[in-house]
Amino acid sequence: MRRMPRLALGAGALALAVAAGLAGCAAAGAGTGTNSSPAVSAPTDAAPATITVFAAASLTDAFDELARQYEHAHPNVDVVLNSGGSAALAQQVVEGAPADVFASAAEGPMQTLVDAGLATDPAVFATNTLQLAVPAGNRAGVTGLADLARAELRIALCDESVPCGAASAKLLAQARVTASPDTLESDVRAVLTKVSLGEVDAALVYRTDVLAAGDAVEGIDVPGAASVVNRYPIAALDGAPDAAAGFVAFVTGPAGRAVLAEAGFGAP
Amino acid sequence: MTAVAVLALAVLVLPLVALVARAPWAELPELLARESVLQALVLSFVTATAATGLCLVLGVPLATLLARAADWPTVPRRLLRAAVTVPLVLPPVVGGIALLMLLGRRGLVGSVLEDWFGVTVPFTSGAVVLAQVFVSLPFLVFAVEGALRSADRRTEGAAATLGASRWQVFRHVTLPLVAPGVAAGAVLCFSRALGEFGATITFAGSLPGVTRTLPIASYLAMQSDPDEAVALALLLLAVSVAVLLGLRDRWLPGVRG
Amino acid sequence: MMPAEPSSARPSLHADVTVTRGERRIAAAFDVVPGHPLAVIGPNGAGKSSVLAAIAGLVPLDAGEVRIGSRRVDGLPPERRRIGVVFQDYVLFPHLSVRDNVAFAARMRGGSRSAARAVAEPWLARYDLTALADRLPAELSGGQAQRVALARALAADPDVLLLDEPMSALDVEVRADMRAELATHVREFGGATVLVTHSPADAAALADSVLVLERGLVTQRGTLAELRAAPATAYVERMLAASVE
Repeated sequence: MRRMPRLALGAGALALAVAAGLAGCAAAGAGTGTNSSPAVSAPTDAAPATITVFAAASLTDAFDELARQYEHAHPNVDVVLNSGGSAALAQQVVEGAPADVFASAAEGPMQTLVDAGLATDPAVFATNTLQLAVPAGNRAGVTGLADLARAELRIALCDESVPCGAASAKLLAQARVTASPDTLESDVRAVLTKVSLGEVDAALVYRTDVLAAGDAVEGIDVPGAASVVNRYPIAALDGAPDAAAGFVAFVTGPAGRAVLAEAGFGAP
Repeated sequence: MTAVAVLALAVLVLPLVALVARAPWAELPELLARESVLQALVLSFVTATAATGLCLVLGVPLATLLARAADWPTVPRRLLRAAVTVPLVLPPVVGGIALLMLLGRRGLVGSVLEDWFGVTVPFTSGAVVLAQVFVSLPFLVFAVEGALRSADRRTEGAAATLGASRWQVFRHVTLPLVAPGVAAGAVLCFSRALGEFGATITFAGSLPGVTRTLPIASYLAMQSDPDEAVALALLLLAVSVAVLLGLRDRWLPGVRG
Repeated sequence: MMPAEPSSARPSLHADVTVTRGERRIAAAFDVVPGHPLAVIGPNGAGKSSVLAAIAGLVPLDAGEVRIGSRRVDGLPPERRRIGVVFQDYVLFPHLSVRDNVAFAARMRGGSRSAARAVAEPWLARYDLTALADRLPAELSGGQAQRVALARALAADPDVLLLDEPMSALDVEVRADMRAELATHVREFGGATVLVTHSPADAAALADSVLVLERGLVTQRGTLAELRAAPATAYVERMLAASVE
């Protein structure tokens, strides 16, 4: 990590930056495994805590539910969710944003934090695959990936700088389709919104997003999607309160597994 | 008091100082010469110029109407003023959503355009210009209106009694009196259009060379290549400072109190 | 073109105007012969300025006519009436120098900027403005601005001169001097002149006869002496009594 900006106004941000710096120097790798068990089994743990969870946009709905359940089981813990493009979130954490847990839609952004000495031993907790999304009714008659090359259609894709965009590029290359996108959005939820508003005829999003969008969006399975798997890693960031490790253990545990499966995520 | 004022100044200035201090100066030429940066730069200048032109064409008559509305009854006068003010105080994203609701494919007007003429507005450079016009038009209108109000309308009558035709009155009296306001308005309008982000990304999307303007490119680069993002941000900062200096030196002294 | 010498060849003014300003209807009819200025006097809001504006063509007539000599001008736009106006507060062009204000009429007649400035020179000299020629109106005193306004109007070589409250923008202590100076200039102009004022002192110094306008209607006309002898309304009586200036 290079020069840290000294403009962080919130005391929390400052504390995190200092803690992260120390952790980085001392390489004090907090074993998530050992630390997590007391947090998980102790709904009555001492001090009230607030943990801030940075989660990939595709996790928005699942993590809303996970946070609700976790807060229910741990009344003294307040979970604050911040979702966005994984790359943007990782960048914010590197710049000193006060995150305690980071859940990424791909391993790349998580690696950014590991390299920066901010996270250790991330665990993959879910997988996701892409699906074609079309507005309800599918007026453009989209049937497969090849339709993404039709110039007369309005197509939205994720920008390649975010995981769903990287996965989309891989899937399209594998199918030898040269897409003609009309917009490259900065996160998958922005793409999904364009579909549900009917502003675009087709888009590539995660199957979980199609599920989350309900009736407004129809999903179309595409061959080859199963071979382009996004693996979702999660980690409590170094220096975070114990409750952060507790939340991670909850997400990776059976209760979390159930919520994620319901939302359409695959097992790790 | 003074300490707070210094703190306030720091809040305004320090982030920009940090931006300049942290800029990758050595790599800057290479970063700014990148295809993606040049593309965004050209697109931004072309769309902001088009938006400024459109604002002039639309805004000067609107400013004239607003200046004349001084004699109107209270309710319509206030409604008119509010309508012009709203985009100033509205978060630009809201403007983008509103434009989408109007001109999107399922929008009030957009659906007609699509069904009857096969025209879709979002995701085009035209949509970028529209988003920019939406957010920057009030700047032009208020600048010109201010100039019109401060200009004494009786000077036009005076010119007529001295033999000036209508055209001569406009050319030799009205125009010189409001020109500083129009110019200042156009510069503000241009800089606001150049910096437009929220309405653009919401309404026009983000495609390199078509709708990905400098601010959007900068935002996206922040996720993958912070150095490029900082370079783009510096570029925008430089343009803003240039605009500010241009405004102060060239136009403001011409406007007498 | 040299400033015109007093001339009896100038035409007289016949005005018979009816105009509506807001709720009020204003009607006045009078004749003014060259060399015998008329003062239109009356309380604030009586419609005095509207009468001048109607004669100059700046507000539309509801009825009536305006003739200059044998020339009927009420159908003409202001720029073709040849009526010079010194406006209340003078209304100089704020973006033009004193020289270019005075040269404005010549410029509008199609001359080049330098030709128009050449035409303005004798007028600047005559009104003692040469030293101020490069100033902007914002840099002038009230008396200086009045001279510029007069020079600007007369440089257009008008047939008729209208003066709207020419003294009201001046400080009280300089008014007496300025009034005398203005009276000289008006005499030198020599054409038909109408002065709007609410001050009997102005009327006495600048005009031969007086027309009283109250609530849009003419209530009395005559010389000041005639008004004093038999004031027709309470306003006239009060005005004359208060005017021991």
